[in-house]
Amino acid sequence: MTETKNKSVARPLTGFLKKNTMVIALVLVTVLFEILIMTVAHKPASQALLTPANISNLISQNSYVVILAVGMLMCILTGGNIDLSVGSIVALVGAVAGTLIVNMHVNIWLAMIICLMVGLAIGAWQAYWIAYIRIPPFIVTLAGMLLWRGLAQIILDGLTISGYPESYLNLFNSYVPGGDAEKGIILPVTLVIGIVLCAVYLATQFMNRAKRKRNNYETQSTSMFWGKNAVLCVLIMALSLMLGNHKGLPTILILLAVIVLIYAYYTQNTVPGRHLYAMGGNEKAAKLSGINTNRTMFFAYTNMAFLSAVAALVVTARFNSAAPSAGNSYEMDAIGACFIGGASAYGGTGTVGGAVIGAVFMGVINNGMSILGIDANWQKVVKGLVLLAAVIFDVVSKRRAQSE
Amino acid sequence: MGGIDLAKKLLEMRSIIKEFPGVRALDNVNLEVEEGEIHALVGENGAGKSTLMNVLSGIYPYGTYQGDIIYDKEVCKFSKINDSESKGIAIIHQELALVPYLTIGENMFLGNEQGKTSRIDWDKTYDLAAKYLQTVGLAESPRTQIKDISVGKQQLVEIAKALTKNVRLLILDEPTASLNETDSQKLLDLLLQFKSQGMTCIIISHKLTEVSYVADKITIIRDGATIETLVKGVDDFHEERIIKGMVGRELIDRFPKRESHIGDVAMEVREWCAEHPTYAGRMVCNHVSLNVRRGEIVGISGLMGAGRTELAMSIFGRSYGTNINGTLLLNGQEVHLRSVTDAINHKLAYVTEDRKGNGLILSNPIRQNTTLARMERISHHQILDKDLEIKYANEYKDILRTKCSGIEQNVGNLSGGNQQKVLLSKWMFAEPDVLILDEPTRGIDVGAKYEIYCIMNDLVSQGKAVLMISSEMPELLGMCDRIYVMNEGAVVGELTREQASQESIMACILKSSGNKGAMAI
Repeated sequence: MTETKNKSVARPLTGFLKKNTMVIALVLVTVLFEILIMTVAHKPASQALLTPANISNLISQNSYVVILAVGMLMCILTGGNIDLSVGSIVALVGAVAGTLIVNMHVNIWLAMIICLMVGLAIGAWQAYWIAYIRIPPFIVTLAGMLLWRGLAQIILDGLTISGYPESYLNLFNSYVPGGDAEKGIILPVTLVIGIVLCAVYLATQFMNRAKRKRNNYETQSTSMFWGKNAVLCVLIMALSLMLGNHKGLPTILILLAVIVLIYAYYTQNTVPGRHLYAMGGNEKAAKLSGINTNRTMFFAYTNMAFLSAVAALVVTARFNSAAPSAGNSYEMDAIGACFIGGASAYGGTGTVGGAVIGAVFMGVINNGMSILGIDANWQKVVKGLVLLAAVIFDVVSKRRAQSE
Repeated sequence: MGGIDLAKKLLEMRSIIKEFPGVRALDNVNLEVEEGEIHALVGENGAGKSTLMNVLSGIYPYGTYQGDIIYDKEVCKFSKINDSESKGIAIIHQELALVPYLTIGENMFLGNEQGKTSRIDWDKTYDLAAKYLQTVGLAESPRTQIKDISVGKQQLVEIAKALTKNVRLLILDEPTASLNETDSQKLLDLLLQFKSQGMTCIIISHKLTEVSYVADKITIIRDGATIETLVKGVDDFHEERIIKGMVGRELIDRFPKRESHIGDVAMEVREWCAEHPTYAGRMVCNHVSLNVRRGEIVGISGLMGAGRTELAMSIFGRSYGTNINGTLLLNGQEVHLRSVTDAINHKLAYVTEDRKGNGLILSNPIRQNTTLARMERISHHQILDKDLEIKYANEYKDILRTKCSGIEQNVGNLSGGNQQKVLLSKWMFAEPDVLILDEPTRGIDVGAKYEIYCIMNDLVSQGKAVLMISSEMPELLGMCDRIYVMNEGAVVGELTREQASQESIMACILKSSGNKGAMAI
């Protein structure tokens, strides 16, 4: 009995640390940059990482990485497969958007729908070869990388389209409450939004817990439950306080939240989501369990291109331009975010939350180094090392777990 | 017995203790191996046999375990495999470590290339390879690629590879697990031949008949500790005696008793034909007809490559083969199963022989593996009800008495027997009427086997029909109401429980092969 008691005390703690390594790493890196910025670079606290303006900036800067990382995670889950064509699709869809909206003055909603359809069509094309003809994804998307980039350049004729209408830019670049709201209103509004979110979140958590208790299912220990919820609510409130002190809640954050929640739900709580994990874990076993793995694969790659199109709309609005070189190496940011966020390079494990944290992690490193005034080339070196370290950590810890 | 005293002790492992976080895998193991003997290591799955051999060969380096290894009168402190290999200790693992797209010769000298670093001497390589192949009695050109030869021959290549390293102590981990009886026999005879030439062997095996045939001494390991060592000529070498040591009690009946209540025909196959998926025209199933009734366990016997698995998989929603032809009747009605989903919906289940490769998702927990084949039961409109899933997973874990830390444990961390139970629970969860069990007890220990047999009996007592494919004849004879014998893709005999014996099954196979030969002439 004593042995089991000891275990039950030790397990939640080590389990918690293991599950949340990346969150802890993220916190540490943020603190590290904060200290470096103030001590080494001797900048005032108002120019550091955790200022209202910078947080807001961080979100809009990295929005596309989050969107793409979520899509990339679906591909990686199917068996460590990646999509190299993402950046080129962003460029092509951006070019289409520019042509339609700026050159042809098409209604922006119609134009956006067309852009998303283009994304779906590109995705279906690539996914067909990958899923049904079983051409390795690496090859198909490498071809796509050249193909879509070329088409984007042809459409743009090598030029950059800019001068989008305000109505389009506002969709992605504005804040809640609107830009013309009085300064005094912004903070209360964001705080109220934060409180409402916390309340909704806590309510669902309590309902779940109550239901599980009623059915006599295993529940988290009370301290864990409270601790986790308290930390999350504090974070939400801190974020709304920060944003409220700047311009308000960025609309792009709402879009991100919706996408992340939808895909998190899809992967964790739906049958086709479960299929992704099953396929990545052992495709043969999945097939012999009646799972249509071709369809799963088709979904993952079509979806990736669809989300690339979404990201294209976001970045064209952010830069107010569609350029032939847009989206360059975005696929690498997305892949990196997934792996840093704990997705397995062999597929079958990884979460949407992890991918988001990976994206934020990369964003913080980028942003922190920029504030420190580190040369862009050195930034690449550091990012490369971080990615490698993350994957090494994943592989080694898995190996250790296996040998146990 | 004087000879034994004179014989030189080649290896002594003294009070070996090996701990993993939370588990003591080896608890004071002592093993003595004398030069020139074949020493068998037996024990249930998870007893610690493989861990012990990993300690010996340096996979777990010196310092990660307690105790001493004395080899050739020297205390050894191996820190990697190369250290033990340089002393002449070679280990051949259950999973063969050959590169499929390299030739036999290249594989044999992999990491030990002949010639200079800058220039490999291929003539010497292949000349030497041919010599060693002759020693192990393998009549293949050393220039043949590994992927083109059978598993049995690959096993021999592994042994030949060990010989090239001047091996003195050869360790074989389950060498016959994937071999048919003829190849197994050949391998065992080869070991006896090596023994007469002075080589020392340690063999780990679950097949007790083979162990008692080949071994001079048998050391039994249970729960990480050595229980006893039996010596040929002194102790009783019968299977029952060994099993008693392994499980710590006497298994009076290796097969649980069952009263047969046989009902209507649940599944019938008529004139079933299937061709090999890559070699079109090669018939893997040749006009097979058979049936299974409710409450009946029907066995399919045959040698490796007889087409049993191929038959089962082609029936199970065409998951194997091309040009599949024939009639399938379930409960008297003809059905066309075009996909695995179709098959599952028609209440058919196929439990694969290869639980790691085709059956389970090792990186997923027990919970997800249990529900995988029929997620409709835990979802509404494609949305999972996770609480319901937890409930079912616990329920099936309890029914099958799966030993685990909980349903969230990853299946990859379970022992073979418990993995098999999870695989069975997955298909029981799909609520089939007819279960095709392909080698349901392969590679699992005696205790777990008995439990699996009990589960099978429970299933038929609920009125389900079970078709069992097995290469272990005693198991078929002990469990089945009726046995079909297959050879070269065709059914060559049907035996009732009373007619069936090892001899009558072999007779069916031999007779059919003989006919074929006669026809060819």
